Amino acid sequence: MSHLGRYLIFLRSLFHNREKFSVYVGLVIDECMQIGINSVFIVAIVSTFIGGVSCVQTAYQLVSPLIPTTIISQIVRDTTLLEFAPTITSIVLSGKVGSSIASGLGTMRITEQIDALEVMGINSASYLVLPKVVAAIIMVPLLVILSAFLSICGGYVAGMATGIVSSQDFVTGLQSNFQPFNISFALIKAVVFAFLISTISSFKGFYTSGGALEVGQASTAAVTNSCIAVLAADFILAQLLLQ
Amino acid sequence: MIEIKNIVKSFGDRTVLAGISGQFKPGETSLIIGGSGTGKSVLLKCMIGLVTPEEGEVLYNGRNFLTGDEETQKSIRREMGVLFQGGALFDSKTVIENVRFPLDMLTDMSTAEKNERAEFCLQRVGLEKAGDRMPSEISGGMKKRVGIARAIVMNPKYLFCDEPNSGLDPLTSIKIDELIRELTDEFKVTTIVITHDMNSMMEIGEKIMFLYQGKKLWEGNSDTLTQSNVSELNDFIYANKLLREQSHR
Repeated sequence: MSHLGRYLIFLRSLFHNREKFSVYVGLVIDECMQIGINSVFIVAIVSTFIGGVSCVQTAYQLVSPLIPTTIISQIVRDTTLLEFAPTITSIVLSGKVGSSIASGLGTMRITEQIDALEVMGINSASYLVLPKVVAAIIMVPLLVILSAFLSICGGYVAGMATGIVSSQDFVTGLQSNFQPFNISFALIKAVVFAFLISTISSFKGFYTSGGALEVGQASTAAVTNSCIAVLAADFILAQLLLQ
Repeated sequence: MIEIKNIVKSFGDRTVLAGISGQFKPGETSLIIGGSGTGKSVLLKCMIGLVTPEEGEVLYNGRNFLTGDEETQKSIRREMGVLFQGGALFDSKTVIENVRFPLDMLTDMSTAEKNERAEFCLQRVGLEKAGDRMPSEISGGMKKRVGIARAIVMNPKYLFCDEPNSGLDPLTSIKIDELIRELTDEFKVTTIVITHDMNSMMEIGEKIMFLYQGKKLWEGNSDTLTQSNVSELNDFIYANKLLREQSHR
């Protein structure tokens, strides 16, 4: 509970005694590059293969000849939008971005760079962390959209390449029984997960004490805690929004 | 002037500072000396607001830093320059960006004015040609000098240096000491240096405070340092074999 309390106080400190707006603009752009653009490759690879695998495995489970093959692309589409794109992307980002944030801030802490900011009278939490949170909230939904697109493309390519489903059936299935809310749901999840990953990783890094070993431990804890928080939030959001 | 009154700080059951008091005058280089773990750095952190003591006062020209309102604390912080032990340079910024950083964040100066001021400070510490280099590309001594340039860029009234000689060779160490003394004289700042470097004590110690187990055991200057009858201080300064032999002669 004390960790939760410290985390909430930390969140409050992000918005207290902020710097000039112009200071944050450049920082947010830099963080968008770090968090978003630099993650495109890994998100693209993971999403494409997950889409392909989900197409092949769905087909494997549909043994009845009475079920049309258009169902395969419907399942690929819905699982991608509801779960794979937002959740798997966020789990990947917990590892890539979360560890980077925690180790970066942890190193700044142990090398007294954060102390240097504090001594100048700068709110170090706000200056260092707020741009990361804003950038994550901007970039993660964009990565999720990319992930969803590539995952469905991956399913299409896998379906064609293995002969499981024809091109026409795949496209017909994609257009059948489409629920536009699923896209909103994916984006809501993306925003929530982005907030959790960026703040939990920052919290772990910001309060690192000790040396290089502790920076490594903070980085590991950031990834672990972010993943758990993402999965817990995933369940809660599904319960709340998919009734 | 900086005045500290009865500073007490504990971590858990361990009392690190047990009621330290003292005064530090403008234009004077004051040294806080003592062995490792005697509370020197904690005292410095209490003075610059990175650690909050349980008891005591830190007064900057009569303004209470610890209990003052946000505006008072902010204005005092703007009058401080701090050289951290490792330099504490921002890894992602070049040398000149590091020096210019306080100006970028805390002033409304134009870019040209900020660059001019940062270049002047770099020139003052002898690093005018290193502005475009990254902190990872410069030596430990250069990092310290960049740290000093950043510390003086806002024209501070109070300069704090946490072990400015640690990890430096004797020659570079002397240069850093000379630089600190010159800046103190030139800008009439109140300078406080945490050190256990004997050379610094003899060269720049206009006022010296000796801490032992969280208490102030002795106060004086470099002339009276070797004439003390405080056994803990004598053990500390004569730990060096060479000095011990010299004192016996």
